Amino acid sequence: MTIPLRAPRDIAAPGTGRVGDSPLRPDGTLKVKGEFAYSSDLWMDGMLWGATLRSPHPRARIVSIDIAEALAHPGVHAVLTHEDVPGRKHYGLDHTWDQPVLAIGEVRHQGEPIALVAADHPETARRAMDKIRIEWEVLEPLVDARRAAFDPAYPQVQERKNPARHQPVRVGDVARAKQEAEVVVTGVYEVGIQDQAFLGPESGLAVPAEDGGVDLYVATQWMHNDLKQIAPCLGLPEEKIRMTLSGVGGAFGGREDLSMQIHAAMLALRTGRPVKMVYNRHESFFGHVHRHPAQMRYEYGATRDGKILYADVEIILDGGAYTSATLNVVGNAASLGVGPYEIPNIKIDAYGVYTNNPPCGAMRGFGAVQACFAYESMMDKLAAACGLDPVTIRQINACKQGSKLATGQVIEAPLPMAEMLQTARELPLPPPLDPTDLRNLPGGASQTTHGEGVRRGIGYGVGIKNICFSEGFDDYSTARVRLEVIGGEATALVHTAAAEVGQGLVTIEAQIARTELGVDRVVIHPADNRVGDAGSSSASRQSYMTGGAVKVACEAVRERVFELVPVRLGRTYPDLSLEGGKVVSASAGVLASIEDVLGEEVIEETREFHHHPTTGMDPVTGQGSTHTQLAMCVHRAVVDVDVELGLVKVVELAAVQDVGKVINRVSVEGQIHGGSAQGLGLAVMEEIVVTGGKVRNPSFTDYLIPTVLDMPPMRLEILENADPRAPYGLRGVGEPPTLSSTPAIVAAIRDATGLDLNRVPVRPEHITSPAAP
Amino acid sequence: MDFLRPTTWEEALAAKADQPEAMPIQGGTDVMVEINFDVHRPPALLDLGRVPELFTWEQVDGVYRVGAGVPYVRIIEELGEALPGLAQAARTVGSPQIRNRGTVGGNLGAASPAGDSHPPLLAAGAMIEVESRDRGVRMIPAHEFYVGVKKSALEPDELIRAFWTKPASGPQYFSKVGTRNAMVIAVCSFAIALHPEERRVGTGIGSAAPTPRRAPAAEEFLAAELDWDAPLDPAVVRRFEELAAQAASPIDDVRGTADYRRHAISVMARRTLTWAWNDYLRRRAA
Ligand SMILES: Cc1cc2nc3c(=O)[nH]c(=O)nc-3n(C[C@H](O)[C@H](O)[C@H](O)COP(=O)(O)OP(=O)(O)OC[C@H]3O[C@@H](n4cnc5c(N)ncnc54)[C@H](O)[C@@H]3O)c2cc1C
Repeated sequence: MTIPLRAPRDIAAPGTGRVGDSPLRPDGTLKVKGEFAYSSDLWMDGMLWGATLRSPHPRARIVSIDIAEALAHPGVHAVLTHEDVPGRKHYGLDHTWDQPVLAIGEVRHQGEPIALVAADHPETARRAMDKIRIEWEVLEPLVDARRAAFDPAYPQVQERKNPARHQPVRVGDVARAKQEAEVVVTGVYEVGIQDQAFLGPESGLAVPAEDGGVDLYVATQWMHNDLKQIAPCLGLPEEKIRMTLSGVGGAFGGREDLSMQIHAAMLALRTGRPVKMVYNRHESFFGHVHRHPAQMRYEYGATRDGKILYADVEIILDGGAYTSATLNVVGNAASLGVGPYEIPNIKIDAYGVYTNNPPCGAMRGFGAVQACFAYESMMDKLAAACGLDPVTIRQINACKQGSKLATGQVIEAPLPMAEMLQTARELPLPPPLDPTDLRNLPGGASQTTHGEGVRRGIGYGVGIKNICFSEGFDDYSTARVRLEVIGGEATALVHTAAAEVGQGLVTIEAQIARTELGVDRVVIHPADNRVGDAGSSSASRQSYMTGGAVKVACEAVRERVFELVPVRLGRTYPDLSLEGGKVVSASAGVLASIEDVLGEEVIEETREFHHHPTTGMDPVTGQGSTHTQLAMCVHRAVVDVDVELGLVKVVELAAVQDVGKVINRVSVEGQIHGGSAQGLGLAVMEEIVVTGGKVRNPSFTDYLIPTVLDMPPMRLEILENADPRAPYGLRGVGEPPTLSSTPAIVAAIRDATGLDLNRVPVRPEHITSPAAP
Repeated sequence: MDFLRPTTWEEALAAKADQPEAMPIQGGTDVMVEINFDVHRPPALLDLGRVPELFTWEQVDGVYRVGAGVPYVRIIEELGEALPGLAQAARTVGSPQIRNRGTVGGNLGAASPAGDSHPPLLAAGAMIEVESRDRGVRMIPAHEFYVGVKKSALEPDELIRAFWTKPASGPQYFSKVGTRNAMVIAVCSFAIALHPEERRVGTGIGSAAPTPRRAPAAEEFLAAELDWDAPLDPAVVRRFEELAAQAASPIDDVRGTADYRRHAISVMARRTLTWAWNDYLRRRAA
């Protein structure tokens, strides 16, 4: 097997940090110096460049495709359409198999792939692509999510019929509670389409192999699940496809679906040459799914003193043309539709629908993010109606250990929500505005104000997120750990298929191996499919699941080291441990160095780690013990709003998050900072703007993400209330802050302006002329 | 694609005259983006990065003549005192990297309605010096330079040599609305320059019309109504902001609505006039 240039290699984890320390990341220095090899940096002599022809229309019939002229273009080696897909013509998540590898006779969203070109230069490939002639019959796009959910006369988008999923939740007797409520508040909320906006575009290299298979170097979140879709489409057995994770430039859910994997492999198999594909920024906006936009209607009834009696909720999530992660997004929105509040009577209906809008799927906090904006907005509304402050209303209704979620699931681990809110409230507030430095003001260096029109507001948000996969899914992980003496030093090699997407998984894999094996030197093997499934780098689950797998594999290796002790030392000890490079007996002290006990021996163990089982949601009542773990973040946001121009400066975001156990403090803080920033983006700027199914801002010129002047300093309170079922007691960290920062910021803007603000992102014109949509 | 690399201004003019379809490239912060996005496929690039004249500025009879290739970072550092409005605008352009490479010449060459140099150049009454090998130098007033959406008065065989502007004789301000606190294209912008010696106020509006433009009626109104020896009359400010907003003819687009832009122009007109006037009175008192 020829290895491409800049393919991933074994990498030594720097430092000696154990669990709880903050050693440097193995990839950190390389990334800072610009030397890290991302999947777009892969290179192989003789490789061709692939390009994808995409639909300009959100909905159209393809009357004919003529590739002759493109094929004749000098330098072109292949032009492929759906007819050339060797195996199954569709792929898709969750066994839905509804997404064509290449469009067959019709397109259902703007940017849908239609044909592939391989050429000896990317520019040649693009020019040849322009020579593919398509005769279109353009159709009126189906873009009304509400009609898609409820109107049986609305035309179907694809063979799987609308709605993609309807998940009800029924608790108690809402009709009766409506009679009893003393205070009733209603709200209609909307969440725009957010994009993951990862910086590393979809890219990778496919190398045809001698056995008729293919070696794929790709940036993905879950190699084994990719493989389950790639293999049937290529008509190859899984063993003939060797996947290696290449440098991933961010993911946030946007790499759970396939992008260029099958396409590059098809071109490589057809041409017999390595084929590289790299999307540019514009194409990337069409190359992956986004966060589902949501339309939500909420009604809460409560007693006059603020105890919620019922929640009546409708959530519509627009998934676009294909299923992707919609089924699970709906599951999260339904099960977490009212968040971490004790509510005796609940009626939730969550719908996921197909339309010709941009395809939506997984993004950090999916389903839960949309619902959190609505239920937290409702808590503020209820507080106002009851004459209570936003913290008190939340404390009155807060869940705690032993409480039940809307699904009836009992919260088994500690959940000190009321105390977390109290902590957030009591954190010192930032100093008042200092208008002498423009950068402190809304508008920043653009100098829209010297302080005029600026009002301060404070808001709170609480979010609860399911960690790991839910609804009965056994998303196990696998780790292989090898211990041997290399160059005189005991060295652990950790090998998993888990995707390092920038979250720092490889750092903590090394920390766990050092902790369990008592060694300093740990080498991380590139993630590939020569080891078992690790599940996805999503649902904030890899520290829990792959961290857990590395832990149990290390424990197995350790047992084998202990088995060597009688061989080497001539007697047995009942109370062994590995610490500081030594084999230690609690009773007899240090026995020997690990190196001396190991000798020439190479110990290798592979273990799977499974979380405790969950159940599905009852299709009628939504009841079930569906979630593996729950994690919470509380935000307090302080904003300055220029009420005349509608510009916002988030002054401070304070977060209180329970992480169970800090495995790596710097990583934990980074996740909370990053998650909060992404929530800030959704609150005030990030939106894919769509008209008639067409994206109007597919670039970083107009799809804005927060800069350092938008994201304020954060005050963090990190709690460690262990979850007894999780390895080391840890909880997933990445998603919860993404939920709660959005509603906290919007609540603060409401506090500053007195406006309703029922839609995110809040745009300046929503503040300056609130009647405008 | 040919890559032409003149090393003198004469060579550059000759190259442009011989191959008018060659696209000049200075900092490249517009050109390279457009090439990447396949907006343009020029047959040749004319690299001005080695033409030393473009990187200098000088004072000629008291007027600043600033080479088209002087990057924003140097406008801020070297000309911030003399040309405060332009320097403020320069501070809002992109990121440090863009300010290191991007130039006023390139901003003029692109002639985007959203270009941040334009409002302060308009308000200050700058002249653009352009030149061709065969027809020599033309001096174009800034307000005649922008002729359409991303269209300037530049002829195909001409290059921009410099812009000319007097040092500020009174306070100047630039203000730009964007939906992010840094690194953002203007939703709309406004510049003001007080010319106390002429008892005149210059204005410039960005991103609220097909071209950058002045607000002539607002300028005339102030010339007639401002009492240069008194605090600002709120009624005058109100009328000024109305006239400024009326000068705009904005559209709805993905960055903002026409209504919002009109509203924001009026707020910025009010605020910048107030800041400038307060500075003016303070300086006079001192
Ligand atoms: C990330 C990013 C952020 C940006 N943010 C801003 C912003 O906030 N505000 C803003 O106004 N702009 C912004 N821009 C656009 C750009 O940086 C500016 O327009 C800049 O002034 C262009 O200068 P340049 O020297 O890089 O021009 P180039 O890209 O080199 O040229 C731009 C145009 O001018 C022509 N040209 C250049 N020099 C001459 C000459 N001497 N004679 C004739 N024609 C010439 C070129 O042919 C081309 O058409 C941004 C760009 C990027 C990539």
